[in-house]
Amino acid sequence: MTTTDAPTVAPPPKGRRRIGDVVFAGLARGSGLLILVILAGVAAFLIVQAWPSLAANTANFITDRSWDANVRENPAFGVGSLAFGTVLAAAIALLLATPVAIGIALFIVYYAPRRLAALLGYLVDLLAAIPSVVYGLWGIGFLAPQLVPVYEGLARNLGWIPLFAGPASTSARTILTAGIVLAVMILPIITAMSRDVFHQVPQGHREAALAMGATRWEMIRLAVLPFGKSGIVGGAMLGMGRALGETMAVAMILSPSLAISWNLLQSGNQTIAGHIALQYPEATGYGVSALIAAGLVLFAITLVVNMGARYIVARGNKES
Amino acid sequence: MAKRIDVSGLHVYYGDFLAVEDVSMTIEPRSVTAFIGSSGCGKSTFLRTLNRMHEVTPGARAEGKVLLDDMDIYAPDVDPVLVRSEVGMVFQKANPFPTMSIYDNVLAGARLNNRRMSRSAADDLVEESLRGANLWEEVKDRLNKPGSGLSGGQQQRLCIARATAVRPSVLLMDEPCSALDPISTLAIEDLIHKLKEEYTIVIVTHNMQQAARVSDRTAFFNLSAPGKPGKLIEMGETNKIFTRPDKKETENYITGRFG
Repeated sequence: MTTTDAPTVAPPPKGRRRIGDVVFAGLARGSGLLILVILAGVAAFLIVQAWPSLAANTANFITDRSWDANVRENPAFGVGSLAFGTVLAAAIALLLATPVAIGIALFIVYYAPRRLAALLGYLVDLLAAIPSVVYGLWGIGFLAPQLVPVYEGLARNLGWIPLFAGPASTSARTILTAGIVLAVMILPIITAMSRDVFHQVPQGHREAALAMGATRWEMIRLAVLPFGKSGIVGGAMLGMGRALGETMAVAMILSPSLAISWNLLQSGNQTIAGHIALQYPEATGYGVSALIAAGLVLFAITLVVNMGARYIVARGNKES
Repeated sequence: MAKRIDVSGLHVYYGDFLAVEDVSMTIEPRSVTAFIGSSGCGKSTFLRTLNRMHEVTPGARAEGKVLLDDMDIYAPDVDPVLVRSEVGMVFQKANPFPTMSIYDNVLAGARLNNRRMSRSAADDLVEESLRGANLWEEVKDRLNKPGSGLSGGQQQRLCIARATAVRPSVLLMDEPCSALDPISTLAIEDLIHKLKEEYTIVIVTHNMQQAARVSDRTAFFNLSAPGKPGKLIEMGETNKIFTRPDKKETENYITGRFG
């Protein structure tokens, strides 16, 4: 051990770049760029591959309901009915799933005893882990037969509403059944998002409501729901994004067809994703390119919904 | 109508832990009663048992008797929701509902009990409550702006207006000024002076000058030892507690000699 001299003035440290920093920064930057490259690559692939059929298409791609694409010359196809079916199925799913998800989340956070809440939260997360082909099997093998009498009842009693006009499908393989299955599939994400935001409601807001004589439901109405609104909307939109793109379950439930129908009890509607899955194995000529064009439309719809969700969530965060 | 509070033999538990032991006291109507004592001595916990807000905390429970005039607020058939509309509360951190306007904040509690309030009755109640909270002149031109846009002191007065709009008979205040600057604190203290003409007021404060300035009677709480339950050591006229307390512990605390 040596005695230390009076501290000599050290030369100013050189901006030495450590190898670890450089590698890590490069990896991180590369990963960030990769996601942009992938997204741009997918978009470019869709556009390039879709172009030949779109250029040759003799029908209006947006409005036409036919799908005569498996030919070598003069294909005529349109994505209108498929886009309609896609949005309709997702809307049904959203309409059914959101209230249930909010209810589950409120129950987990504010009503259930702690143990039950933990178990229930776990079970809901488990729903998200079920493969979609299993949902499809469940929908076609179990749910649809159960729904046949329900649909018949609906057609009999509420048939004057165009949505439920009869005669009801005897197989129940309709857009409503697809929507119900999709609702179950998007339940976990909406529940999880709502639950997280309900957990974040400041204690001060909840106590403020309770301290002036609010019941638990009034406390939820005054303090929890206004605070959680943006989280619920964000979760619902993410769920809708999933419902729009879901393929397997829908393809298994809906039979191939190209109608635009508001009737929920009759088969006829089909979604973009389901159509692609069902048509692809038989596609010839311009068929593959036309299916890719349909995929491009789905890509655009999903992108718009997701961007809308992010915008709403970001705006909500700014307010509170 | 201000009401008297009679507490006898009250114990408060968090689970198995006894937090406050055997408190008995009488809180007079139309007066300000201050609770003082070091942090963790149970005065806020005790305050929350006066409108059953402690029940919001999982595991918290109280044993003993609390009478609001003649009503036993712990009687089995008494709904805590009704107790809380009789005994209002103002918190340490001002907590107006952030998505609601100033106007809607004031009415939030009142609307719970009276859904079908006419527009003019609602307007009157808002003005009366805000005037009562010395806030009307500052906000009358922006009643439809969100309450979260006000300063901290204004937010706290908004919370007081919201509490009084329910027309309680008692107002509990849990360190209402501890997050405020001296000017805003003074505004709240002036307001407390005015409010005591109509309400029974109980205030928890860490600021002994504040207790001396605003209260008529003072209760001193202390822990007998760390980890032991808090107790009411002494209660009396504020003047007397701050000049010639009966207990040595009280004197040590108010003169700044702890322990």
